[in-house]
Amino acid sequence: MFSYCADPKTLEGLAWLSCYLTNGVHMKFYWSFVTVLVLLAITAPVALSFGFAGAMASRSHFPPLAWLGRIYTAMVRGVPDIAFFLFFVIALDQGLEWLRHHAMCPDWKEPIRQGANFLVCPEAKLPQSSAPQIWHEIYNASLAIFTFAIVFGAFAANVIYGAMNAVPKEQLETAHAYGMSNRQTFWRILVPQMWIYALPGLSNLWMILIKATPLLFLLGVQDIVYWARELGGSKTSVFAYPHPDWRLYYFLFLLVFYLAFTRVSEIALTRLTRKLSRGQATMAGEAQRKAAA
Amino acid sequence: MNKLILSTAVLAMTAGAALAQDVVRMGTEGAYPPYNFINDAGKPDGFEIELGNELCKRAELTCEWVTNDWDSIIPNLTSGNYDTIMAGMSITDERDEVIDFTQNYYPPTASAYAALDEGADLMGGVVAAQVNTIQSAYVAESGATLLEFATGDETVAAVMSGEADAVFADLDFLAPRVEENAELMWAGEQVPLGGGIGMGVRESDTELKAKFDAAITAMKEDGTLNAMLKKWFGDDTQTYE
Amino acid sequence: MSCWETVQAYAFRSFGLGERLLPKADITLCEQVTLIGSGMLWNLYFGVLALAAGFFLATGLALAKNAQNPWLRKPAEWFIFVFRGSPLFIQFFLAYEAFVLLPKVGVEFMLFGIEFNATTKWLTRAWLGALIVLFLNTSAYSAEIFYGALRSVPKGDQEAADAYGLSGWHKFRRITWPTMLRLAWPAYTNEAIFLFHATTLVYFSGFPAWKQMGDALYYASYFADKTFNPFVPYPLVAGYFIVLTLIVITLFGMVNRRLNRHLPQAQKKRFRFRPQWIR
Repeated sequence: MFSYCADPKTLEGLAWLSCYLTNGVHMKFYWSFVTVLVLLAITAPVALSFGFAGAMASRSHFPPLAWLGRIYTAMVRGVPDIAFFLFFVIALDQGLEWLRHHAMCPDWKEPIRQGANFLVCPEAKLPQSSAPQIWHEIYNASLAIFTFAIVFGAFAANVIYGAMNAVPKEQLETAHAYGMSNRQTFWRILVPQMWIYALPGLSNLWMILIKATPLLFLLGVQDIVYWARELGGSKTSVFAYPHPDWRLYYFLFLLVFYLAFTRVSEIALTRLTRKLSRGQATMAGEAQRKAAA
Repeated sequence: MNKLILSTAVLAMTAGAALAQDVVRMGTEGAYPPYNFINDAGKPDGFEIELGNELCKRAELTCEWVTNDWDSIIPNLTSGNYDTIMAGMSITDERDEVIDFTQNYYPPTASAYAALDEGADLMGGVVAAQVNTIQSAYVAESGATLLEFATGDETVAAVMSGEADAVFADLDFLAPRVEENAELMWAGEQVPLGGGIGMGVRESDTELKAKFDAAITAMKEDGTLNAMLKKWFGDDTQTYE
Repeated sequence: MSCWETVQAYAFRSFGLGERLLPKADITLCEQVTLIGSGMLWNLYFGVLALAAGFFLATGLALAKNAQNPWLRKPAEWFIFVFRGSPLFIQFFLAYEAFVLLPKVGVEFMLFGIEFNATTKWLTRAWLGALIVLFLNTSAYSAEIFYGALRSVPKGDQEAADAYGLSGWHKFRRITWPTMLRLAWPAYTNEAIFLFHATTLVYFSGFPAWKQMGDALYYASYFADKTFNPFVPYPLVAGYFIVLTLIVITLFGMVNRRLNRHLPQAQKKRFRFRPQWIR
């Protein structure tokens, strides 16, 4: 980073620290914050859509679909996320390759499972083994996002299902009285009103999602906790910047980061609640109307 | 070495379909210095990385390094997420049943105890080891109270804090720490464990295994492997005859 | 070894009873089921004790957060914020580091005798140290739930209590507290489920395993390492936890019914699972 960092062994004090904190690994550490934020930003809407689909399935009049929705929410909610992550990603990866194998290599004679090995034809590998590293990373990240979304989608489905039931019945009856079809009632009346009831549960879920990010490492994404552990561990003189066990400082820094992040989220969600309450048939909405009048 | 990694990456990107099979993805843990670690520039580095790159060059393969958590390093090899493991992995019978190993590129390792006191009770006291290693299995059977941590670093920290009486790990993992830490010292006898360190490959990849075997033999014969061992582990380390 | 012998040898291995050495080769399904089940005892231990103790601290914290006096309110707010705002992962790590430092810091207090020395040592063991972290953690989460419920206790209930001449402790015990619990119960059930799930983190990243005595996930990862097959042990853990979750839901549902027993039928339905359609 700085020109005087060429020989770290000669540096001392602040100069050493400034070089240490700007070396390559630390840059990766800082980038991992961005990675985590980006993954969160992608995962949240995906999980929300899974939750929405789950809730819609649970409400379905077609029994098998309703069962499917309920089993999905009940099962995934019952399993600790960490145990789920430890086998699901490999299962997902193998599942995808198995499907591609059957689609792309019908002539392949050898069995896919040979003892502990899982062998598909080279064309079915995801991504291709010749693909640049970046594609492998993107593929891993997508699997991680999908897995996170499945877990948190189950919780979201539970919240959204409850919220849909909480919308006052009269609202829906009125819609029918105006001649709206089931479909119209659902999309024009139920869904817009549901959010305000779902928001407390969903914001709670968002907080839990933030705090689950340290588990990203289990899914093959090098997240901030991975780097904090890696950088904080004592370094012998093989490294350019040897130091004793500093994990405590790194983890304290992470603590501050997470506290700040949840605080900011709390403030943002409070604002959103106020905004969504406008014109709603709830106590908060009523209070706003009175204040304006 | 960074240049080498960079150039292989460029090669991999420009390589056509004809070369597709020749890209070998090398799995490592990146947390076991000096065997393999993430260096200050954020790249994989260490004895095994240098050796691996040299082996790939001799076998005329294009290689790329991938880091993976120790716990799932074998399942990810067998399910094909990378093609080899070079992660300080000792050759054991249990592992050999599931994957194949090349001949060892590091002589059968001695494991050793380190403690704050030379007379630490190694057979009846509390001994720290990394979870799911040959060392932890050894301590469990030795009669000592086994204290297991997720990483090697934590096992040493446990001895420093007095949580454990001693730590049991690969000699070469402990050596630099004992040297640079005035409080930490060797205790008891060294214990030979495992059949040396080899490169793990899938049982079906016999061709790949043969290529690497040949390259390792060549490096043993012309002395480059011994030079590399001395460079990373010091002049006193075990070498090949 | 027959399956029954395996059960006898390993059913209480997680507490150090039975066979000393874990199975090493030719691992059977029976051994996996038994040992992972044995590990579940620790998950139960952590979950039940932390919840039971946390319930009382949470009630106190919720009241403190609701208090007018800033000397009570501020510390409660901060406590809840810190424990709810950071990952359990990091709480475990920091607590362990702090507990490890304790004996060194407390060297001068060694004069009090062996007993003090012994107690600080226990803190670095999972059975006490991790339990304390889980206890504080669930207290903070539950306190926030109780606080929210406390805020929504109907004004009318309070006024009626005043009219009946109830005040102070009596009013709280008879009117405010039961209503608060009734309102908080569905959310509290979720918190209990989350807490049981969180107990899997104890040995995974927080505290070291002592003499290979660990929880369900510890044994599962042991088997995954020995058999190189993650598709058996981890789904087994998942299965055990689904059963545990069902038990928790049933037990909490029974309490919920008792808390709501005085309410008219129609209102009672609000707190139950509602499969009927809105239309």
